Amino acid sequence: MPGRSTNDFTIRVATVNGSGSQSSNLTLSNAIFRLGVPVAPKNVFPSNIEGLPTWFDVRITSKGYKCRTRDVDVLVALNQVTWRDDVAGVKPGGAIVHESTYPVSGETQRDDVTYYPVPFSELGKKHFENGDLRKYLVNMLYVGVLGELIGIDEATIEAAIKTQFRTKPAAVEANMSAVRLGIAYAREHFPKQDEFRLQRMTGKTDGTLFMDGNRAAALGCVMGGCTVAAWYPITPSSSLCESFIALAEKYRTDPKTGEKRVVIVQAEDELAAAGVVFGAGWAGARAMTSTSGPGISLMAEYAGFGYYAEIPGVIFDVQRAGPSTGLPTRTMQGDVAFAYTLSHGDTKHVVLLPATVEEAYSFAMDAFDLAERFQTPIFVLSDLDLGMNSWMTPPLPYPEKPFDRGKVLSADDLSKFDSWGRYRDVDGDGIPYRTIPGTNHGNAGFFTRGTGHDEYSRYSEDPQTWKGGLDRLVRKHDAARARVPQPVSDENGNAVGLIAYGTTHHAIAEARDILRDDGINVDYLRVRALPLAADVAAFVERHERVYVVEQNRDGQLYGIMRTELPAHLVERVFSIRHYNGVPIDAYAVVDPLLSALRMASVS
Amino acid sequence: MSATHVNIIGLPRDVYKGLPTTLCAGCGHNSITNHLIKALYEFGVEPHRLAKMSGIGCSSKTPAYFVEQAHGYNGLHGRMPSAATGAKLANRELLVLGISGDGDTASIGLGQFCHMIRRNLDCAYLIENNGCYGLTKGQFSATADVGSKQKNGKVNDYSAIDLCGLAIELGATFVARSFSGDGKQLVPLLEAAFAHRGAAILDIVSPCVTFNDHVGSTKSYAYVKEHEIALHAPDFIIASKEITADYEPGTVKDIVFDDGSHVLLRKLDREYDPNDRLGALNVIHETRDRGELVTGLLFIDTTADDLCARERMTKTPLVRLREEDLRISREDWSALTAPQA
Repeated sequence: MPGRSTNDFTIRVATVNGSGSQSSNLTLSNAIFRLGVPVAPKNVFPSNIEGLPTWFDVRITSKGYKCRTRDVDVLVALNQVTWRDDVAGVKPGGAIVHESTYPVSGETQRDDVTYYPVPFSELGKKHFENGDLRKYLVNMLYVGVLGELIGIDEATIEAAIKTQFRTKPAAVEANMSAVRLGIAYAREHFPKQDEFRLQRMTGKTDGTLFMDGNRAAALGCVMGGCTVAAWYPITPSSSLCESFIALAEKYRTDPKTGEKRVVIVQAEDELAAAGVVFGAGWAGARAMTSTSGPGISLMAEYAGFGYYAEIPGVIFDVQRAGPSTGLPTRTMQGDVAFAYTLSHGDTKHVVLLPATVEEAYSFAMDAFDLAERFQTPIFVLSDLDLGMNSWMTPPLPYPEKPFDRGKVLSADDLSKFDSWGRYRDVDGDGIPYRTIPGTNHGNAGFFTRGTGHDEYSRYSEDPQTWKGGLDRLVRKHDAARARVPQPVSDENGNAVGLIAYGTTHHAIAEARDILRDDGINVDYLRVRALPLAADVAAFVERHERVYVVEQNRDGQLYGIMRTELPAHLVERVFSIRHYNGVPIDAYAVVDPLLSALRMASVS
Repeated sequence: MSATHVNIIGLPRDVYKGLPTTLCAGCGHNSITNHLIKALYEFGVEPHRLAKMSGIGCSSKTPAYFVEQAHGYNGLHGRMPSAATGAKLANRELLVLGISGDGDTASIGLGQFCHMIRRNLDCAYLIENNGCYGLTKGQFSATADVGSKQKNGKVNDYSAIDLCGLAIELGATFVARSFSGDGKQLVPLLEAAFAHRGAAILDIVSPCVTFNDHVGSTKSYAYVKEHEIALHAPDFIIASKEITADYEPGTVKDIVFDDGSHVLLRKLDREYDPNDRLGALNVIHETRDRGELVTGLLFIDTTADDLCARERMTKTPLVRLREEDLRISREDWSALTAPQA
């Protein structure tokens, strides 16, 4: 009989940053996944190369929830500095695998948990001669110990190790010897005492793979035809460009000549990275940069230029906790309002809000199409949780559509009329026609400028011309409303609705189940882009109260909605916020919602 | 048909003209524009291949005043080098001509200027250098010499940034200085800059008649005329032409560019080797200490790879690549995103 905690518990690995535990944690996650049991790994790490505490949570969840949970059921304690706090964080009934030299006394001696002391460092010294490899192999020991305690067989761990070390097959055997040592130690010393077990499942992980959002976005850039990338390294976005570089090396390089069908510039700062993008976009290439909040601050100049001069470009913002340098390794949905209006003056950008690995991929491709269709910067706002954590995801579909290059006039097109105006709204959708430098026709050229211009791109200070230009940009922005990814909703005629976006989605999914178990049903709409689609107002119209849930202090989407919704709907909208730097969990939705509903029914 | 003069690609000179200038009458920048028109005409630049790029300031307005039918990009203050980088990478067949000023390059844009040089971006980069901020009415720029006087009598106390010295120090592959009033020297240097594969830096002293042309200014017409020391007399010979003139042995340095064109540096009263980086720095320092302004092709290295070559980019401009060139094949895709369970 499966116990209460079969296939539903969370393992926390507490280690010291730089001790090389990442491979072990990913191996552990992958091994559980290979048993058919859904897992949601969350890495909570410091802004540091070596020495500070780091935690890796492996959430094992038979229902396939993907958000973080606050519960820690099984602790692997390998950091003496956080030992006391880590022990305190374990749920009653939990299990603690720990370095046997750590003291179990006073506060760390609990009678509601089970202790599994393992002499990790002693075993390491005894069995692993190579001092450089020792720390990695000691970490593999706990994979073996856990495997034995919770029920992962050796063959499954071996398959996971082969996946983890697919580029370094020579490392497989050394790691497996550590795993076997761990298994043997646990078998000999720990007759099973707690209730956390894994049992093979079917139908939950079939056909899926593990991927982080940054790699998915990089794949979207390759398939979306990006040829120019410029970046400045910054956590948590670096791995997006690094993945793109690796993919380009493999798939955009001529095997015979070594020539590349791509170029990647590591710029001197984010400002220059944006400059490269809006130079390349002007010259007709699909260009992108990826950054995080501090970089977005620097890109404000070029964002305004791209908006007003109407130049395509894609900016990925893998959001982290701000303001200022903030918490570089913690997550936030903090740049939504900023990115939406990034620049001085009247500016409104198109912002895509992916929630899943699939969307990180598909929105990246969409971003290049939208950038060229609307001739404007497109922001893709991911976050650290989506970008850097590994998520279970279905395979990413091969794109079947050609690129949408938008309204571009060729030399042949230009031969058909005497003149054309770069900023003339010929079609009534606010989107003008452009030409690409290099187009061999006497009328192709125009003078791109960030200064006030008329329909022919001539400098103008005329009040009507200036206002007319700004009004056309609003028409263009409105035209984008129906072309950006539309909201997704799940409604059953309930009085209360939730609105969320990005990774908050995963906490909403679990929160709605918890509420349903309590007899409370709420509808849900997920916003996937700005400008807001018409469906958003319609959703609010259909509900008495709507709670906008997001991961920032000030309720940024809530604020945008209050500004943009029809006046009679504004009072129906409320805000729930989570902003402590770690990814939102279900109870960060359930608890404030229940108290808000209680207050509402009292008043 | 009248016997209109045309250049080597059959275009009349009028094609290389632009809109009327909106700068002050007598502005050095207008002279530079005229010399540019001549150089672009003589060099036979195809207008559709020309990308005229600039930042913000008086200098940065000038791309509107030549080759009207070419694409122009009047971008952000000090940020033209990054946009020029993007444009060139997108289409390596473009001839990128960047026009900047001393405020645009030496202050707000100093970082981008330096990094463009480090990357050896293939472009001609002109600094129309007048030592002051014209559009905001005459404040000192970072190229103003110590002791130089503003119109209101204020004296500059801060050391000048010598953009040629800086460029040479940063590894630039083409560094020249000239004077807006010296077309005989400037035109061949401009043509050499177009022919050079890499970042060609031209620092052109260009007096501001309104705010910086008085006694006490070291960027005035009178001062420059009096203190200019030319290293040599340059001639530019396009690839299709033969060198016909006879030169005394040892009186001419012949520099050949990738496209087969030449710049000939005729010796004046001193020996000068433009391939000697350290020598170039010495000359800049020595002449500055004497209050002189050295002009000419200070340094050149025609052997260095430009950014496109260093990045091993395909010869086909990236803008011409299509889905089939850019997407991963279906076969590779299924392996890449294969289910793991």
